[in-house]
Amino acid sequence: MQALLHQVLSGLANGGIYASVALALVMIYQSTHHVNFAQGEMATFSTYIAWQMINLGLPYWVAFLLTLVFAFVMGVAIERIIVRPFYKAPALSVVAVFIGLLLVINSLSGAIFDYTIKPFPSPFPTDAWYGSPYLSSHEVGMIFVTLVVLALVFAFFRFTPLGLAMRAAAENPVSSRLVGVRVGWMLALGWGLAGLIGAVAGMMTAPIVYLDPYMMFSVLLYGFAGALLGGIDNAWGAVLGGFIVGVLQNLAGAYLVGTELMVTVALVIIVGILVIKPAGLFGRTIVTRV
Amino acid sequence: MATLDTSRPAAAELFAGLSLRTWKLVGLAAVLVAACILPFVISSYQLLLATQVIVYAVALLGLNILTGYNGQFSLGHGAFYAIGAYTTAILLDKTGIPYWATIPAAGMICLVMGFLFGLPALRLEGHYLALATFALAFAMPQLLKFKDFDFLTGGVQGIVITAPDPPAGLPIRADQWLYFFCLLWTVLLFLLGWNLLRGRTGRALVAIRDHPLAAATMGIDTARYKSFTFGVSAMYTGIAGALGALLAQFVSPDSFDLFLSIRFLVGIVVGGLASMGGVFFGAIFIEFVPNIADQLSKAAPQALYGGVLIACMYVMPSGVAGLVRGIGLRLKRWTAAGPP
Repeated sequence: MQALLHQVLSGLANGGIYASVALALVMIYQSTHHVNFAQGEMATFSTYIAWQMINLGLPYWVAFLLTLVFAFVMGVAIERIIVRPFYKAPALSVVAVFIGLLLVINSLSGAIFDYTIKPFPSPFPTDAWYGSPYLSSHEVGMIFVTLVVLALVFAFFRFTPLGLAMRAAAENPVSSRLVGVRVGWMLALGWGLAGLIGAVAGMMTAPIVYLDPYMMFSVLLYGFAGALLGGIDNAWGAVLGGFIVGVLQNLAGAYLVGTELMVTVALVIIVGILVIKPAGLFGRTIVTRV
Repeated sequence: MATLDTSRPAAAELFAGLSLRTWKLVGLAAVLVAACILPFVISSYQLLLATQVIVYAVALLGLNILTGYNGQFSLGHGAFYAIGAYTTAILLDKTGIPYWATIPAAGMICLVMGFLFGLPALRLEGHYLALATFALAFAMPQLLKFKDFDFLTGGVQGIVITAPDPPAGLPIRADQWLYFFCLLWTVLLFLLGWNLLRGRTGRALVAIRDHPLAAATMGIDTARYKSFTFGVSAMYTGIAGALGALLAQFVSPDSFDLFLSIRFLVGIVVGGLASMGGVFFGAIFIEFVPNIADQLSKAAPQALYGGVLIACMYVMPSGVAGLVRGIGLRLKRWTAAGPP
């Protein structure tokens, strides 16, 4: 029973990461209907920036905040410069561009910071009072940070005029433009926020899996699975989906298939959802008028 | 549909006294003759590369039938390449089946696998299909490493196979024979593909790509065609994988990772979507360019792939084949108008 509890709890901790990535994916999907394959690589690159700053002697939380700024600017820049021309392009071009981005950013991480695996510090001391046999202090901190980020994102969209404008731009670009919302910039801001959330996920994952250019590859896949499970057009659903995938993955790894087939679990979840309930648990079913 | 006139007006156009069609046939024959002479004039290392190029061309043709002609995505064709390669390797390793018989077997298995994967994929469009196949490419090396399949797949170590000997009495080396063996399959599969795509089936595939709803209204069974295309596409790539296994004489899980699938995508984008000839450009690109870039740095090949993917979408969405076609059209217009 204790083992089960441990698996569920640490699954929740991982799930927090997947939830963040899923939320970042949903943020871009809602406004443009693009699935950002480069999300994980953007996060990895931002984490490298954080690593560099910490190595230069900056305190962790200063580096953390500066990295968030960097990730935001990077997201905006990528949208404005590379993705914008493909706003209305067919899916094939868009996916090809995203895969191209994935490769370019991944090789940039490798070229600048080289491919050796690096340890990444955790801001949560291992002997902190909130650590327990069930959940290490980093895992507790990770869940806490994830929840804070989610709450901030929610508050931003719910209570600020800018958040409202962004929601409007995603919901109905034409009408939003008519009432004076700068839709193009709203999309760019969405990318910036997605980059920022991804960076948080990257910095929280790195202490566990160590920093290397391929760090976020499987995380991205679980993020996809989470977003699909919850419904890729529903932010809350995606977050919940991320947590569920984290727990499922841990349970399957412990009791069902062993750690060797973890990625296959994600494949099964993705294909399973797409086949049985493509809208996800909480997503809108899209009815096309013929 | 049967009454549609598909004869090309180009057949009537003359160029230096011969019709364009004749010129194309002459060109094709010249290429084939050159391909047959090639193994006797280049070094065996170059021959290895050339063989790999035609093997990749088959794989790319498979992906292009699916993506270029039918408009379905796959970021996971490396998985079918792997299944083909492993089928051949396992059959050679465990049974006494001659090597040439393992190729159709690999093709058949991939046909079935592709068809089965294509069934759920029917309900997926665009980005979703890209996602599902992305996951497939991701999971493949893990599945191949899985310890319960060790007795078949050899686990992490993979399987070593021996290269086929040339038939008794033929005075050529083993690598030359393998080249001709692959060339034979390539020609066969391209003929098959050409036949498939030029007629009713090809038109149906393109119609489904361009306007699925209109295609369905015209009486095209979209579901059947799409899953069928997935199967055929997987079969091509699987056969390429089987040939590739014979060529490499070795299969291991890590050579069939996500990046192999991405390479295939780069190949068809560079070569030209919905172009049969273009896949050769694509194959040459993915075989040679990373080797050259590799000398610069470890990150260079990937950065180059990524950059080329994005750049192609910006400036050359129809790939090299489209570029050549564009130049051809311009030439034709120039000759039609007469030199200035």
